[in-house]
Amino acid sequence: MDLNTKYTPQSWPQHAENSTLEGKNKFVGFWLFLGGETTLFASLFATYLALKNKGPEGMEFTTQELYQLPLVFIMTMLLLTSSLTSVYAMYHMKNYNFKAMQAWLMITVLLGAAFLGFEIYEFNHYVHEGFNYSQSAFSSSFFTLVGTHGLHVLIGLGWFILLMLRNSKRGLNLYNAPKYYIASLYWHFIDVVWVFIFTVVYLMGVAG
Amino acid sequence: MIKGIKKWRLFSLVTALMVFLSGCGEEHLSTLTPAGQVGRDQLNLMVLSTGIMVLVIIVVLVVYLLTIIKFRRSKVGEDVIPKQVEGNHTLELIWTIIPIILLLILAVPTVIATYNLADVSGMDKKDAKGNATAVTVNVKANLYWWEFEYPDLGIITAQELVVPTKEKVYFNLKAADVKHSFWIPAAGGKLDTNVENINKFYLEFDKPSAGLEDGVFYGKCAELCGPSHALMDFKVKSLDRDDFDKWVANMQASKEAETPETDLAQQGQELFTNKTCIGCHAVSGAGTTGARGPSLATFGDRNRVAGFMEKTDENVKAWINDPEAHKPGNTMPQPEDINSGKKFTDQELTALTEYLMGLSVEE
Amino acid sequence: MSSIAQKKGFGATLWDYLTTVDHKKIAILYLVTGGFFFIVGGIEAMLIRIQLAKPDNDFVSAGLYNEIITMHGTTMIFLAAMPLIFAFMNAVVPLQIGARDVAFPFLNSLGFWMFFFGGIFLNLSWFLGGAPDAGWTSYASLSLASPGHGIDFYALGLQISGGGTLIAGINFLVTIINMRAPGMTYMRMPLFTWSTFVASALILFAFPPLTVGLFLMIFDRMFDANFFDHTMGGNTVIWEHLFWIFGHPEVYILILPMFGVFSEIFATFSRKRLFGYSAMVFATVLIGFLGFMVWAHHMFTTGLGATANAIFAVATMAIAVPTGVKIFNWLLTMWGGSIKFTTAMLYAVAFIPMFVIGGVTGVMQASAPLDYQLHDSYFIVAHFHYVIVGGTVLGLLAGLHFYWPLMFNTMLDETLGKITFWLFLIGFNLTFFIQHFLGLLGMPRRVFTYGADQGWDLFNLISSFGAIFMAVAVTILLINIVKTIAQNKAVGRDPWGDGRTLEWAIPQPVPFYNFKQTPLVRGLDTFWIEKQEGNKEGMTYAEPVGDIHMPHNSFIPFVMAFGLFVGAFGALYNGEQAWAVPVLILGLLITFLSMGTRSLKDDLGYHIHKEDLMDKKGGKH
Repeated sequence: MDLNTKYTPQSWPQHAENSTLEGKNKFVGFWLFLGGETTLFASLFATYLALKNKGPEGMEFTTQELYQLPLVFIMTMLLLTSSLTSVYAMYHMKNYNFKAMQAWLMITVLLGAAFLGFEIYEFNHYVHEGFNYSQSAFSSSFFTLVGTHGLHVLIGLGWFILLMLRNSKRGLNLYNAPKYYIASLYWHFIDVVWVFIFTVVYLMGVAG
Repeated sequence: MIKGIKKWRLFSLVTALMVFLSGCGEEHLSTLTPAGQVGRDQLNLMVLSTGIMVLVIIVVLVVYLLTIIKFRRSKVGEDVIPKQVEGNHTLELIWTIIPIILLLILAVPTVIATYNLADVSGMDKKDAKGNATAVTVNVKANLYWWEFEYPDLGIITAQELVVPTKEKVYFNLKAADVKHSFWIPAAGGKLDTNVENINKFYLEFDKPSAGLEDGVFYGKCAELCGPSHALMDFKVKSLDRDDFDKWVANMQASKEAETPETDLAQQGQELFTNKTCIGCHAVSGAGTTGARGPSLATFGDRNRVAGFMEKTDENVKAWINDPEAHKPGNTMPQPEDINSGKKFTDQELTALTEYLMGLSVEE
Repeated sequence: MSSIAQKKGFGATLWDYLTTVDHKKIAILYLVTGGFFFIVGGIEAMLIRIQLAKPDNDFVSAGLYNEIITMHGTTMIFLAAMPLIFAFMNAVVPLQIGARDVAFPFLNSLGFWMFFFGGIFLNLSWFLGGAPDAGWTSYASLSLASPGHGIDFYALGLQISGGGTLIAGINFLVTIINMRAPGMTYMRMPLFTWSTFVASALILFAFPPLTVGLFLMIFDRMFDANFFDHTMGGNTVIWEHLFWIFGHPEVYILILPMFGVFSEIFATFSRKRLFGYSAMVFATVLIGFLGFMVWAHHMFTTGLGATANAIFAVATMAIAVPTGVKIFNWLLTMWGGSIKFTTAMLYAVAFIPMFVIGGVTGVMQASAPLDYQLHDSYFIVAHFHYVIVGGTVLGLLAGLHFYWPLMFNTMLDETLGKITFWLFLIGFNLTFFIQHFLGLLGMPRRVFTYGADQGWDLFNLISSFGAIFMAVAVTILLINIVKTIAQNKAVGRDPWGDGRTLEWAIPQPVPFYNFKQTPLVRGLDTFWIEKQEGNKEGMTYAEPVGDIHMPHNSFIPFVMAFGLFVGAFGALYNGEQAWAVPVLILGLLITFLSMGTRSLKDDLGYHIHKEDLMDKKGGKH
């Protein structure tokens, strides 16, 4: 693989993310990794559901009282939108439009950062109400599940930023195209997990 | 050579199996000598499954031995290239279907027994007067000792479970500290004592345990629970219903402050009170759960000291003067902690032993 | 070992192994480290048997005994059996499918070093205040109550080495999916590759639940969480579920690759193609799938209720069917063949009755009400040793003899090998067969001692006596290995004469770039086909000689894993030592900075040029 090959939108392969063996390996490997991540989150969800609302005798916190749907709804919108913007970025990657891709990724990162900001605010708020990590089995499982997702968001953001910085000067090539692609796959995965958290933790928490 | 040794070994194994299944082991401890219906159901499943499995083993062995005898290279010839067979659908179907049938034969009684043994509905049955018809025991497993509370009868004991014969005895199992598992091998399978929920099951005993070697069945903790897991034994005494009722009445009548007969024992009783032993150990059979140490109301009737040591005066003294050395990790205080930093003197130990050995509800 | 490596000095060789990304060298690293831990676990086993040789023994104390059994189980499963399996996977699978290397050579190295540092970390507990003592299953109420740092070492050590395992699993999946030589369709893959594939898939889905379980335990013990503290609303049964959702597939991860090794050995030394290949593949996949459906049979006595117990009982019995299919297919592979009893074949032949015994006792325990009696008694100890020793360890020993020439171009001594075999087999049966009866006679497992006259004394003595045979057998094996290395007699390509699959077609010693030209696979047992057609080279090629792309060696995986090792000490002493948090951060910083270095510094590898390949030596190293 040669980093110096210059492509045009015409000569750029249609599936740049897996047109080399390395790219193909990354592509398949990452999908499999996401399979493993799925069982990881499934285990955390199961733990949360088993411990939901469970605490020391006389615990005052319940899902109904704790969660504030409007805030979480805004977070959901932010993250869903960021998923869309990352799709735009990949669209431009496929068309060999490096600048547009970077720009859309920038927007994705900003949206993701805003999401994370809200999440930190939310956690902080709970802790101030006395619902801290050690308060009960419920609090431990809540913070671990949602926090693990938050950590994934943080890693995703760091990943995007590193990619954008590292390649800002040299543009797209067949070496970094798969990297961009799997980073965006990761971002979608994070988004899907959030949809489940929104439904299982927050909606079912407030409604059920 | 291979053939000879293999044949010899496997045949001897099968023979050994037969010998053991025909009834070996200690009657008070072995799963092969069931003391009641539950253990018998489980033994029947064992015999059935072993039968099926021995059948499978024999079939495999016959094919196996024939193969390794007939097709050795020394017999076949050095340069022979065997026919490269791909497979045989008929054969493959046969050895898929027959095992399925064999497993079904085992699966049906398994499922039936699983439901039967989990049926504890009899626990809540009441007679016309509103009394429970069956005996229910609340078992609480503690770090290396067992508490047995009879909630309907208002009595409580420890280390030695007493049950009536010829009826289902129900158990509520719970752990006080870490997870243990309640197992009386001769009576039936085990069930865990969890820390967060109560597990229920029942056992049955056909005849009084008096005829056994030690007069009791052996019970074990079957879940690793710490250093002294191996020493967390208990004993089970099964009594005919009349004797059981008598025992219950005696238990209910036993009092906290009964004065023992001999001077020595009275001395022991004083020590027992003054040295705060009584803070953890009840000496009356009537009561409910909640004590930090095992009730000693039946100490004199028991088969063992601390659940596993032979019942001699020496062992009682040794135990009191250094529990940690005998049962590492147990929660009983060392004498230094309750006796102003000193061991008990021999005289004090003798008095305590005399008193404890006199605690009895049996005649 | 490649001839080039031998000409280097010790320092250079060491550096080579610390930085290597070559699957063949990583295989050797796994073999040596796994072998070392096997010896450690074996010594622990001997201590157990010495302690139990007579009633009321005080050879080791109660607390120490619990540490020994915990470390014996944990070491044997995670630090001996798994890495030894990875050794063979690494050594064989890429060659067997005609690949240049694994899909991610860098990650392959990272996986090894994570396992390595995780294992070291776990074993350092012996010297830093005591080993874990809650059994290898580390059930939550006991492991939370356990004083000292033993359990912390367990949780953190397994977390690190488990991460390495997960990486290795994904790596093999991708390798097998993407890097098979032209013509090697899925249904032409040798059984060892197939079983590696299925085992890797099991790793991928089974390890994350363990990761979560271990994290919950780490958080509970070190960061004041309350997952398992029932007074705070926690629930210890969650740990049991998570552990066994991992733990049951784990036993298939241990046995399936060995099924693969045995399949290769049976076919090779019977000179006959595997009987019912497609049924074997199907059975392997089915076992892997069912392996996820049966975890609760480890929890029949936990009190899950009759319905759960009944369902899991029947599901468990179902696994016997594909396993039975395999046994008969192996028998029929030998039937009509020409059986040569090499040491490897002896192990394979002995495996059948041993594994059948382990299998049928497994079916007995699937019957839930019967399991109430057998669970946590010595019966279960006997059962899983028949499966793991009778299956996995016999497989590892068979594989060691079988693949040694492929890995080292020398051959282990057959006479010594056969002596080892007989001693080991006799010792194994003496030790464990009798334990079935100990269980039936009411002896619970994990007891540090037992009172005399409960009918267990003689059987325990016999069991301990048998263990001596196994210890002697392993010692002779070590002598054999030393002798073979000292003699260093090259045996060349296809040393067994009856090799069937691609790995035997490659010239010896294996060039570091593997196949000069990618082979074309023309059917199942492709090497056999070529030999039968009189092809002297043993291969048909799919491409002309061309440049070969190779990855660079890298020290980064070592540093990354080392960072986790350092960080783990920080987590362990959190809230106890002032330096804990800084050390935790330092460790993670080392890991993340080296990760950053890796991603910022492009490593595109290098090419071995066609001209250099022509004069065999070829290429820079």
